[in-house]
Amino acid sequence: MAVDAGGAYLRIDHVSKSFGAFQALKDISLEINSGEFVCFLGPSGCGKTTLLRAIAGLDIQTTGRIFQGGRDISALPPAKRDFGIVFQSYALFPNLSVAENVAYGLVSTNRPKAEIDARVAELVALVGLGGQEPKYPSQLSGGQQQRVALARALAMSPGLLLLDEPLSALDARVRQHLRGELKDLQRKLKVTTIMVTHDQEEALAIADRIVVMNQGVIEQVGTPLEVYRHPKTAFVADFVGQMNFLPVERVAADRVRFGAIEFTTSGADPAARPGVQSMLCVRPEDIQIRNVAAGQGNTLKVKIDHMEFLGSFCRAELIVDGGRHLKADFSINAMRDLALQPGQDLTIALPVDRLRLFQAESHV
Amino acid sequence: MSDAALAPAGPLAADIRPSGNQPPRIRPQAGAEDWVMRGAIALLGVYFIITLVLPLYTLLIKSVEDKDKNFIGVANFARYFADPALTQSLINTFTVSIIGTVITIFLAFLYAYALTRTCMAMRGILRAVALVPLLAPSLLPGLALIYLFGNQGIFKGLLMGHEIYGPIGIIIGEVFFAFPHALIILVTALSVADQRLYEAADSLRASPTRVFMTVTLPGCRYGLISAAMVVFTLIFTDFGVPKVIGGSYNVLATDVYRQVIGQFNFQMGAVVGLLLLFPAVISFTVDRLVQRKQVALLSARAVPYRPSPRPKTDRFFLIVACLIAGFLLLILGMAFLGSIITFWPYKLVPTLKWYDFTRLGTDGWGPYFNSLRMAAMVALIGTAIVFTGAYLTEKSRGAKGLRSALHLIAMVPLAVPGIVLGLAYIFFFNAPGNPLGLIYNTMTILVVNTICHFYTVCHLTAVTALKQVDAEFEAVSASLKVPLFRTFWRVTVPVCLPAILDISVYLFVNAMTTVSAVIFLYASDTKLMSINAINTDDAGNTASACAMGMVIVVTSAVLKGLHSLLVRRLHKRTQAWRQR
Repeated sequence: MAVDAGGAYLRIDHVSKSFGAFQALKDISLEINSGEFVCFLGPSGCGKTTLLRAIAGLDIQTTGRIFQGGRDISALPPAKRDFGIVFQSYALFPNLSVAENVAYGLVSTNRPKAEIDARVAELVALVGLGGQEPKYPSQLSGGQQQRVALARALAMSPGLLLLDEPLSALDARVRQHLRGELKDLQRKLKVTTIMVTHDQEEALAIADRIVVMNQGVIEQVGTPLEVYRHPKTAFVADFVGQMNFLPVERVAADRVRFGAIEFTTSGADPAARPGVQSMLCVRPEDIQIRNVAAGQGNTLKVKIDHMEFLGSFCRAELIVDGGRHLKADFSINAMRDLALQPGQDLTIALPVDRLRLFQAESHV
Repeated sequence: MSDAALAPAGPLAADIRPSGNQPPRIRPQAGAEDWVMRGAIALLGVYFIITLVLPLYTLLIKSVEDKDKNFIGVANFARYFADPALTQSLINTFTVSIIGTVITIFLAFLYAYALTRTCMAMRGILRAVALVPLLAPSLLPGLALIYLFGNQGIFKGLLMGHEIYGPIGIIIGEVFFAFPHALIILVTALSVADQRLYEAADSLRASPTRVFMTVTLPGCRYGLISAAMVVFTLIFTDFGVPKVIGGSYNVLATDVYRQVIGQFNFQMGAVVGLLLLFPAVISFTVDRLVQRKQVALLSARAVPYRPSPRPKTDRFFLIVACLIAGFLLLILGMAFLGSIITFWPYKLVPTLKWYDFTRLGTDGWGPYFNSLRMAAMVALIGTAIVFTGAYLTEKSRGAKGLRSALHLIAMVPLAVPGIVLGLAYIFFFNAPGNPLGLIYNTMTILVVNTICHFYTVCHLTAVTALKQVDAEFEAVSASLKVPLFRTFWRVTVPVCLPAILDISVYLFVNAMTTVSAVIFLYASDTKLMSINAINTDDAGNTASACAMGMVIVVTSAVLKGLHSLLVRRLHKRTQAWRQR
């Protein structure tokens, strides 16, 4: 067992998976710590579910190794691994009651009936379904079904909890509510958890760390704040949150030119070499309109094209000289104070520390 | 965890990468369960080889051998085509099959259209009546036609001097026999229609004829082709109807029987058998290809078609449907009358004497109990094999190539006419030196043969049901460390119970009514009721043959009734978890 002394609970080591000529996973390496809540985030077809199924042993990787708790599980069938799983469809047994579903794995362990009953009651209470034991899955709402699936997955006290888009079949309100509960439950049980999702908002809200994937590779691993604030690639910048892209030319280490205007930037993609077409990124909420001084750097004259009222803030579509569009989020306060109207001319500032620069080709 | 499994871990992978070599492929370890599954799949493969592949192979070999088992190439085929009497049967078979198919499809289309696209009255009853022929052995319409149009027939005058014995009788009998098969396919094809296409056509002011030609007909064209193929194959290969009413008008199916049973000319029997097989295989292939397209026609977002009342049209189709249903009931009713009338048509006094099989010296009721015993065994064993087999091909892990090969083999029986399968069984199981020959002349061979004969439809039913079961049940039970067979028994079987019951009833009814395959395989102590009916008719006792046919119809109907009762009770009991 000395092979894996790194302390990570789950270690994925150069894992690749091919389906015929198609490479679904390309040399993935990743470590997940004990008790961590990790989200695999990416668009459909990015390989996140494939990686989850490889960890579960449902579709074993072509090459590369996976260690769980120091044990090499690379080639083991699912039954010999230690995990609980919740699928998008929940895969609840329709002909068994809630209690029977939750007890399904426990019954095979030959424990005394009283012990099983007690455990089932405990689990059902844990997911907040006390009193629903005799019901069948079809008599429950989607959210309740999801909880039953969760209780069933936790019944055997697995070392690893795998969640394959567990919330995506629910409507928005239930989804938001349940993700909070899911996070609380995970924190209480301290079970190492991997959740696959394509919903970046969900990943940001729930994960300790996010693994952003695209086309079979990991684009970035980091805390929600890191991923949001400091996207490593143009893909991550675009996929997580809202982002504006301005085509610019790099003229110096920290200077770019957009038309006739020059900007100072901070974080830059090393691939974006001087003289090469690059993409300057700024989030709509980082665009500054208050207190923009006349001689200040990084300013831009724009015209408001139209505004979209989104409740707590307003998203404005701005037109830069030359016809480029920029999205900017303005607080209701700012709107009122500056009396913003469509058609109005504005001077905006792009804060240096909020600008990111990526090579143009890498923008997906 | 053994050390051996750990050995090529981390360090090795890290060492290999820089040198540019391929990293080692992970070979998934198989658990004990995987081995049980693989064993079961292999067993299923062996089962198919013994019950289907080898018999058909033997048949093929037989057709290119002479009596002393020397290879003579296509000489048998050359001899066949040189014999004008034999080639005449080939022409005859095509003639009745084509005409029969055209009539059946025309009538079944009208009927299916009436059922699905109009608001005519009595749709429920009319649908049930149309399926009645499925309960009868195919010789029954032949017998009824003798009473209706035979030498003493009440409607003989309608034939204007033509004989019922021959093509006319065969075609009418086959239309009765094949009608429900075509209807089922066409009803399905006509049921899947998008309401919005019709609304669009209406809003563009298309005339009803134009709507029919541009929307309705193209929408069910695959169903029409599919139905035509199925009906053609049924008629082309049917034995019961031409045996009873064909007279001197020979067709391929009766030729096989005569060559083998009458003249012991096995080689020529094999040649004719293959001639029967080829069109069946071709139409089967066409059918499979177009059915795949039919499925894709209806998108998930389509709005299902709901007919709205059109009084004139509805009335017209009610009359048409009643006429067709009347024809079906007339045939069945005549067979029934024939069995309870003392002496048709001279002494129309009801009697039960034709049902007194013991007194008539026609093996008594023994064949009936043989039929019951065989049908029950086919239903029980067949359902178990089919469902387990479908589960293995659908749900197991690994051995992908083998599994899709098995799925393909399971399709083959549908393309093999019963008479060909029966012949293949004689050649294979009766061959000297075959250790499996000990089942020859036993009930076992009848059961094995009948399961094989009706395998495909059951397999497809099971696969369809299994596909609707959540694909992750097996993954969930593996993660919960629950053995797969427990989940199979505790979840998969209960969830698929309606399909399982459908399969067993289908097998039972077909085992009761089948004639074509088993006619080569029965022994004196395993004679079946359907075969007894043919022999009895051959011996000139048409009334008793009718009685036997009616006993089969009633038995099938009772079982169907029991089945629907059971389904209804099951539905009530499981309603709690089945409602969506």
